[in-house]
Amino acid sequence: MAVVLPHGALADDSATRPGQHTWMHAIVRWLCITISLTFLAAVLLAPLATVFAMALGRGLAAYLRTFSDPDTLAAIRLTLTTAAVVVPLNTVFGLAAAWAIAKFEFRGKSVLITLIDLPLAISPVISGMVFVLLFGLHGWFGAWLQEHDISIVFALPGIILATMFVTFPYVARELIPLMQQLGNDEEEAAITLGAGGWMTFFRVTLPKVRWGLVYGMVLCNARAMGEFGAVSVVSGHIRGLTNTMPLHIEILYNEYNFIGAFAVASLLTLLAVLTLVVKTLVERTGYRRR
Amino acid sequence: MSFRKPSVLPGFGLTFGFTTFFLSAIVLLPLAALVLSAASMHWSDFVRVVSSPRALGSYRLSFGASLLAATINLVFGFIIAWTLVRYEFPGRKIIDALIDMPFALPTAVSGIALTTVFAQNGWIGRYLEPLGIKVAYTWVGVTLALTLISMPFAVRAVQPALQEVQRDLEEAAETLGAKRPYVLWRIILPTVLPALLTGFTLAFARAVGEYGSVIFIAGNLPMKTEITPLLIVIHLEEFDYQGAAALGVVMLGISFVILLAINLLQAWGRRRHVRAAH
Repeated sequence: MAVVLPHGALADDSATRPGQHTWMHAIVRWLCITISLTFLAAVLLAPLATVFAMALGRGLAAYLRTFSDPDTLAAIRLTLTTAAVVVPLNTVFGLAAAWAIAKFEFRGKSVLITLIDLPLAISPVISGMVFVLLFGLHGWFGAWLQEHDISIVFALPGIILATMFVTFPYVARELIPLMQQLGNDEEEAAITLGAGGWMTFFRVTLPKVRWGLVYGMVLCNARAMGEFGAVSVVSGHIRGLTNTMPLHIEILYNEYNFIGAFAVASLLTLLAVLTLVVKTLVERTGYRRR
Repeated sequence: MSFRKPSVLPGFGLTFGFTTFFLSAIVLLPLAALVLSAASMHWSDFVRVVSSPRALGSYRLSFGASLLAATINLVFGFIIAWTLVRYEFPGRKIIDALIDMPFALPTAVSGIALTTVFAQNGWIGRYLEPLGIKVAYTWVGVTLALTLISMPFAVRAVQPALQEVQRDLEEAAETLGAKRPYVLWRIILPTVLPALLTGFTLAFARAVGEYGSVIFIAGNLPMKTEITPLLIVIHLEEFDYQGAAALGVVMLGISFVILLAINLLQAWGRRRHVRAAH
């Protein structure tokens, strides 16, 4: 027997439940919303608004002047280059790891998953330091590298390695649970009907997991472009050469060039907003975080 | 039992080989180098570095501020998750999406922005200053930065658990005369407890290692406002690789303990979930 409820009754049914003090409920509801909004406004919205208020504080011309500075442009270029190398590599890794882990049963699988997630649990400073210990001047291979005139630390390769370490799990941890959940039936059918491995992957698996892949890549990219701690340790902070955007922000800020620091910060903030928009749109397609 | 179960699908050798190779090259071997660097130290040197007064001071700040931040997020994370799950209000969806902002926002940006807002002449700092509350360049600022960057972990851990609380149980209890605080205490809290603790631990784990957002607001005075990751960086800048490695191993050990705790908590949550479903 179905009871037809007036529109909106479900969302609000707790207010009209028997035995419920409706005025108490209203106060609690009001309190919860106020506390939540105040907390978020203070720690989240105020800093976000500050970025743009500071960047545009002296007008648009001063804001734009930051981006004619060659060091700033070099920092933007370096950040884009790093992300352009790191994101595709970690995407290929994520796809391979998800295929191996989701499609097959083998011993030690849970250990492998834990190890892939490891970089998320490690301080960014340590993620950068391991490469200094290996390739730094006084590191394990430092003398050998210097003999052969190869620089890794305080150069682009070190920045790429540190960024790769930090963003390592992002695509894999999105794809593994998704592919596990979707199962193997369709792939097995394709193979049984004579399709090759690559064809099955590109025609069956990839279309199924595409939103999870986009989701992981977008988050990976955001972290790759915004990483500070790990890159700071391996970069050497050479202006115009090994300064990524986040490191350039620090230099400008410490030189009391607040307009410049916040102007560069505003670009990264826009990137973060864009990331959240894409993430929300992907979630709308029905792809949800577990 | 063989290493893997047979399957008609191809590509295991290729993908498994690539995965383990890449994982070893980028993550495992470098971490092994860290542990070996610290292990090559003499034991007494190791102890001297990791228990120096400056190191102890940095642990106190890093762990104290992280615990405090995780606790703040335990309370506010629950309230925010509750508000988002239970109430309809204008802008709810935007707020829900904004929760993930600290994930997407580079830490250097959060660092300089928070410092500016909470400095003596900042938007919020100027109202706290007359009350005698100094935020920027004190441990309060460190806690604030850690609260911001670890907030999404707490909210996102609790949100799905709150969605699963069975409303009919609450209604049954209330029909039988239970008051709201009793329902909260006996039905809602026990259901979301594993998720709350997981969120607390995740937030703590993220906060302990945080560097970028903290160094701008901390003031970075030795013994007072110097976090452990910063002390590692200082060792590295002085080319004291072994000292840095020793502190790094201490932090790595703590990360492992936290990771273990998270796994145990999640297993506990799953077990309770299964039992509740039967």
